[in-house]
Amino acid sequence: MATHQITLTVNGVKEHTQVSSNITLLTLLRERLGLTGTKNGCAAGECGACTVLIDGEPVNACMVLAVETDGAEIVTVEGLARDGELDALQAAFIEHTGVQCGFCTPGVLVSARALLNRSPDPDEDEIKDALRGNLCRCTGYVRIVEAVKAAARGGD
Amino acid sequence: MELANPGLPNFDYVRATTPAEVIGLLLQHPDDARLFMGGTDVFVRMRDGAMTPKLLIDVKRLPGLTEITYDPETGLHIGAAANMNAIARHPVVLEHYPLLVESVNAVASYPLRTRATMGGNLCNASPCADTALAALLLEAMLVAAGPDGDRAIPAGAFFLGPGKHALKPGEFLTRIEIPTPPAGWAGRFIKLGRNAHGDLAIASAAAGGYPDESAPSGYRFRVALGSVAPTPIRVPEAEAILAQGPINEKTCDAAADAARAAARPIDDVRASAKYRKAMVKTLTRRALVEVWAMLQKEG
Repeated sequence: MATHQITLTVNGVKEHTQVSSNITLLTLLRERLGLTGTKNGCAAGECGACTVLIDGEPVNACMVLAVETDGAEIVTVEGLARDGELDALQAAFIEHTGVQCGFCTPGVLVSARALLNRSPDPDEDEIKDALRGNLCRCTGYVRIVEAVKAAARGGD
Repeated sequence: MELANPGLPNFDYVRATTPAEVIGLLLQHPDDARLFMGGTDVFVRMRDGAMTPKLLIDVKRLPGLTEITYDPETGLHIGAAANMNAIARHPVVLEHYPLLVESVNAVASYPLRTRATMGGNLCNASPCADTALAALLLEAMLVAAGPDGDRAIPAGAFFLGPGKHALKPGEFLTRIEIPTPPAGWAGRFIKLGRNAHGDLAIASAAAGGYPDESAPSGYRFRVALGSVAPTPIRVPEAEAILAQGPINEKTCDAAADAARAAARPIDDVRASAKYRKAMVKTLTRRALVEVWAMLQKEG
């Protein structure tokens, strides 16, 4: 099986690496780059635990080949905080208890960040629609939606 | 360090740069090469063991494959590998093809639609493919590149059976051409899944209509169904009832009955055939009534 030399930017850091054709972006992130914030859930694009941004748009990293990301810019949950400052969403999830077991949280945060980037002041339906690819089995979603609303309002 | 990737077979990956390269590879590997666009179905099938390709041919960077263009004369041209979010947010699609937006947004979730493509959705030739109903109803032409040059296939002749389409060996879909809808057109797509969002359809119905003086009722309607036959289908019987008219609750009901009669669903994990039949009638009637309301408002 062929291997491919790829260069990608992950959370602002340029990475040069070699991957086999059948390595997913998720495997590359977790097992080679050590970015285990992105979770491996269903491996079928259903649960959203592996959501990351590619060139600003959210994707399921379990459904992307690493080789495809040559030249791309990736942001994972580890890249949301800047200079030691939590993203407004992360702060709001803490404030509003949008987290229980935490397994879905990285994916939810990344999907919500993408939403706020394309629609800074979403209504509740927009929030639910944007997060319908992120399954949470603990919170019942109410506090997640509240936290996203609060972050959109500026974290109050 | 060699990374393990449980679940995926061993395959090679090629990022194609010309259509000729793709055609050559498809002809060279007739049984074990797969076209690769968004991968949202290919990944699932590879992990299920249902598909074990030796070669994935990525066509996303071929010229024009992710382009979306519009011309009132020639209509909307969607590159086969344009992702569904790009389609749904395109200003022209929003303005002229709201039915297409409805059907695209019925697919899975936003992150999945960042990758999923209309070309892939059509080429899966699944009876439940959401965008297939829009392609049928809007009478799209599906353009394939192949060893004998380009070939345009009407959407109505594209789907041959579950997972089977009209592409020949060496051909691949490059573009979906959707004519500008007739003047006064209104359309509606309704999908019923096991949950409110994202699931595959138990049954789906699309209806559209437009004023046409040559029809006795003064209107032409189109009706399409998903998940209730070996392929997505149009229902000419229902369309004939509405062309005859007059358009009212009774004829909408009769057209919905015709749709129910045309449906040949199966029992599966998502629903029984009997339930699907009943839902075809409900969804078709609902879509028709909504389209009729929109037409009256515009007229």
